[in-house]
Amino acid sequence: MNLDLVLDILTGSCLVLGAFLSLAAGVGLLRFPDAIARMHATTKPQILGLLFILAAIALQDRRWTTVLVLLTILVFQMLTAPISAHMVGRAGYRTGVVAPGSLLVDELERAIEEAQRDVVEESPDDSNPPPR
Amino acid sequence: MSAGLNADPVAKDVAEPDRREVRQRLWQQLPLLIALVVLWMVLWGQFTALSLVTGVIVAIVVTRVFYLPPVELSGRINPWYLLVFLSHFFLDVAVASFQVAFQAVWPKPVPHSSVIGIQLRTRSDLIMTLDAIAMSLVPGSLVVEADRERSTLYLHTFATESLEDVEAMRRKVLVVEARIVRAIGSKADLERIRSNGPRAAEAHSGEREARS
Repeated sequence: MNLDLVLDILTGSCLVLGAFLSLAAGVGLLRFPDAIARMHATTKPQILGLLFILAAIALQDRRWTTVLVLLTILVFQMLTAPISAHMVGRAGYRTGVVAPGSLLVDELERAIEEAQRDVVEESPDDSNPPPR
Repeated sequence: MSAGLNADPVAKDVAEPDRREVRQRLWQQLPLLIALVVLWMVLWGQFTALSLVTGVIVAIVVTRVFYLPPVELSGRINPWYLLVFLSHFFLDVAVASFQVAFQAVWPKPVPHSSVIGIQLRTRSDLIMTLDAIAMSLVPGSLVVEADRERSTLYLHTFATESLEDVEAMRRKVLVVEARIVRAIGSKADLERIRSNGPRAAEAHSGEREARS
């Protein structure tokens, strides 16, 4: 068994794993109940899926300039995905796309109510704008 | 998260700063400048004098035009705990990715979620942001809201069937925070982590758990 064969097998398994995680993200997008749960499906398995695909590319094209570009792609994905997920989740929660009844525990609702009460009792405060 | 990103115009318009101040500000921005130059050279795919010079020019223009308040580094770094944090982090991402993927594909009803508030012990914006990013990248948890004044993160947690699952997630966030603080946190934050361990955090959560 030579090195190229081993690397080809590794590349193949990385591609299959990455493809499975991307497929699961798509299925989750259809099946999960509300906006935030769907964010879990779309942003998260995809990070690992992307990692597998990038690893497959790196295994086939073993030049360090390629690896550096792949690392850059991964770092920027990891930095930006949580922010987009946060913005969609925040907007989804505050516009009521998330039905409160579907949650087991909700500690944010009380915090928002308290913040609103503070705003009404004291002077208007820009740091805690009323959500709805 | 968004509160920390607002540009601070006061810091920019200081009238005639003396030389020491200028040098200090340059020193604080240096890591960002170097990172931008390296990024520029990687994107061009060549490491030559020309790409270095153009990279420096572009980096300076970018940091002038898109001004952000400097990130306050603690000046302390522990490579061993950084490695511990990173390896735990990638392990968490791998395990949880497959969990959520199987929950998506498995023909069973999708479990209940929760929104929980977690009081962090750090006072550093950077560590709070890193903790939020780390928790957001691990499947099953997503930061819905961040209260910078009270160092509190509000996480949407996927698949919480019982209150034990909620408490497990709460402990998880604090453990991740402790790992980051041990890696790059300031001395004051380290003290806070040591004196205010997971037990104190559980007592705090016990108060909130007394639901109406």
